[in-house]
Amino acid sequence: MSTLPQTVVRPEFEADDLATASHADVARKLTLWERIVDLDGVRKLTILVALMLAWEIYTRVSGVSEFILPKFSDTAAALYDSLVNDQLLIMIKNSISVLLTGYAIGLVIATLLTTVAIMTRFGSDILSTLTAMLNPLPAIALLPLALLWFGLGSSSVVFTLLHSVIWPVALNAHTGFMGVSETQRMVGRNYGLRGVMYVAKLLIPAAFPSILMGLKIGWAYAWRTLIAAELVFGGAIADTSGEQSGGLGWFVFANQMDMQIPYVFAGLFTVILVGVIVESLIFSTIEAKTIRRWGMQSS
Amino acid sequence: MDQGAQTAAGNSPAAAAVDPLLDVDGVTLQYKTKEHLITATYRVGFKVYPADRFVLLGPSGCGKSTLLKGVAGYMRPVEGNMRLKGVDIKEPGPDRVMVFQEFDQLLPWKTVKQNITFALMNGGKCKTQSEADEIAMEYIKKVKLDRFEDTFPHMLSGGMKQRVAIARGMAMEPDILLMDEPFAALDALTRRQMQEELLQLWEDTHFTVLFVTHSIEEALIVGSRILVLSPHPGQVKAELNAHHLNHDNTADPNFRELQQKIHDMLFADRILEEELAAGQGDQ
Amino acid sequence: MSTTKTLAEPVIRPEFVNENITDAHTGDVAVQLSFIEKIWNINGVRKAVILLGLVGLWQGYTVGFDVEPLMFPSFVFSLKTLINDLFQGDLIWKVWFSIKVLIYGYGAGMAIAAVLVLWGTSSRLGGDFIAMATAMFNPLPSIAMLPLAMLWFGLGTSSLVFVLVHAVLWAVALNTHSGFKNVSTTLRMIGENYGLKGVPFVVKILVPAALPSIMTGMKVGWAFAWRTLIGAELVFGASSGSGGLGWYIFESSQNIETEGVFAGLFMVILIGITIENLLFRNIELRTVARWGMQR
Repeated sequence: MSTLPQTVVRPEFEADDLATASHADVARKLTLWERIVDLDGVRKLTILVALMLAWEIYTRVSGVSEFILPKFSDTAAALYDSLVNDQLLIMIKNSISVLLTGYAIGLVIATLLTTVAIMTRFGSDILSTLTAMLNPLPAIALLPLALLWFGLGSSSVVFTLLHSVIWPVALNAHTGFMGVSETQRMVGRNYGLRGVMYVAKLLIPAAFPSILMGLKIGWAYAWRTLIAAELVFGGAIADTSGEQSGGLGWFVFANQMDMQIPYVFAGLFTVILVGVIVESLIFSTIEAKTIRRWGMQSS
Repeated sequence: MDQGAQTAAGNSPAAAAVDPLLDVDGVTLQYKTKEHLITATYRVGFKVYPADRFVLLGPSGCGKSTLLKGVAGYMRPVEGNMRLKGVDIKEPGPDRVMVFQEFDQLLPWKTVKQNITFALMNGGKCKTQSEADEIAMEYIKKVKLDRFEDTFPHMLSGGMKQRVAIARGMAMEPDILLMDEPFAALDALTRRQMQEELLQLWEDTHFTVLFVTHSIEEALIVGSRILVLSPHPGQVKAELNAHHLNHDNTADPNFRELQQKIHDMLFADRILEEELAAGQGDQ
Repeated sequence: MSTTKTLAEPVIRPEFVNENITDAHTGDVAVQLSFIEKIWNINGVRKAVILLGLVGLWQGYTVGFDVEPLMFPSFVFSLKTLINDLFQGDLIWKVWFSIKVLIYGYGAGMAIAAVLVLWGTSSRLGGDFIAMATAMFNPLPSIAMLPLAMLWFGLGTSSLVFVLVHAVLWAVALNTHSGFKNVSTTLRMIGENYGLKGVPFVVKILVPAALPSIMTGMKVGWAFAWRTLIGAELVFGASSGSGGLGWYIFESSQNIETEGVFAGLFMVILIGITIENLLFRNIELRTVARWGMQR
């Protein structure tokens, strides 16, 4: 004990009047510059502009072949040209209408499957066996079969899209419903919710983070499958549908075949644009208005 | 029971003979939120001596946690300076180990023992794994968690997690142990038990601890010396002795008296306002 | 006063202590389940029965209705083709070719993602760049890059690897970066407290703390890469000389050997299940699930 350091007892101390000691800068607003630099959008826009400039300057200075990397300005011009003069808008419309058809039918089937799965244990087993088997199967691999069964045309593409949507949506929705806490279920029944009302007012909101996740993955797979399908068989599909001339994937593929490289880039930009719009605008808005507002998802 | 404090009190001029371990002098700390720059403490000064159980006490908004983060080296003061053993504090380091209030301060991917050996190895305290294992087991026994050394943190209760965090901090044998409301998230019974255990551990080694709390009672029980801070921004209101108080004399009149005194100090402004309001009501 | 209700008063009753609780129970407290019920309760058994049922349906339909094998071959026929092509044909080499390309692409994608995220954690500019690049490139199906890749790298494995890198990189970078950002301040402060800085800080604190997120990224990256690879081989596998699994499917469908298409699909499913359920699930069980970090 004696070797241990000992407490030093010192005289006590009390401050007189603190009011005189306080000073003005307790909380200061940040300056305008500090706040502008803190804005995410401003910083990202700057990076984007810088990247485009770098691209333009690189292509001009290095004299790289325009078949390898066209100038940014040429690409922008090609994008404008194909939007206004060519059929790019119609192609976008074609792609999106096929996508929406597949996505919507896929959702209906997924809903049916999930309903059966949450009502009976046997249904749940069927769903989990099917998803375990078919979810790892890339939808595009089914396209050869689809072409065999449904012939060349958009119905084959819709069939493959169905496959890419159904499994992730059903799987996530099912997991979500299974994960709704027992407490929340009991609260729902306590307040007299039954049947459809119970599902609509309690189960769906409670499982919404998971459901939305399924919808997003389903969209991502469907979008990739669609572009791939159009790249592969776009020409064939386009031929059969007469004046309606294929989709976005076909636009990219056809221009690559013709060595119209700026137009290939223009097509890729359009693909990015559609993707960003769906992911950042549609899904983010839904997220912000639902699960983030309800505090069910962080950041 | 507080034998160390008694002997020191006997020769009180000793204060001058021992050098302060931690010297905080006129420290102003500021931090940024999205829209504002906040001054958390304004020209705060205090000295911590070896074997002190020094408590920073004050209501929320008095900057006590910010002050502790400053001492830990996570923030730099905009004016004033903080010295540990005469050396300026510049960045976080294993000579000042922090124990947090949050249960997630344990690394979830390490077992109880690995959490402690991780600190010992990375903090430069031990060179070999076997040496670290040995020290870790010693401290796990001290906080009565033997049998749980190979358990992952998510299997432990809140009180057990805090015990591991304390064992991890003490195993490092830092110059000063920094505790940021370590018992605030525990239930009342566990909190009392943990306070007792902490004092018992202090009896064993007389480590130096800087302890942040907003509970006056906890400050009196745990602390040997209490720094009372006023809010918005944090300023020193008083520095008081509490080395003679612990769980055994919570019912004593001098405990109650000191508790009341600090309470009045912290809420003096409010009482003054109430009196003013009452006075106006009379007229 | 007449409007006030008379309040209900508590009724004071005599106290009561039950002396003999042990003798109180009558009959069964827990009933033994019958043998069949117990077997039916095993998950694997039920799923195996379902699987057998589905296969039986398939076989019954194709044989019973005498379906044209060119349109829909029977299960047994497809399985025979698979076994035959695996052991006598060159399917096994095609599978190996696909897996090799996949490993190259996945490895390179992970390495680039690691460098990118390291830059992202060390500077705000890097963080902004990652956020923007992932927002832009993640929605771009990597197969759409194939025409460009062939232009830049020619027909061959390197084009495939380039496209796979694109498929893996953004998913992994996005999830890892957001995982790092969400690591709690407490854990960060603990790491700094014990003197960890720079790369050791990332390896010893950030990576394990963000592992659930990183795993998600790796799984999504794998799913995209697998889909992209099969798609790419379907399209251009032929031109690269020695094709892979996707090329096998395409070839079979071109030759109207539908049983070969099904055999290829079996193989695709088999590899997919192996990687998802065996590889990733096992890593999860040993790490995030064991540490109680899985959401």
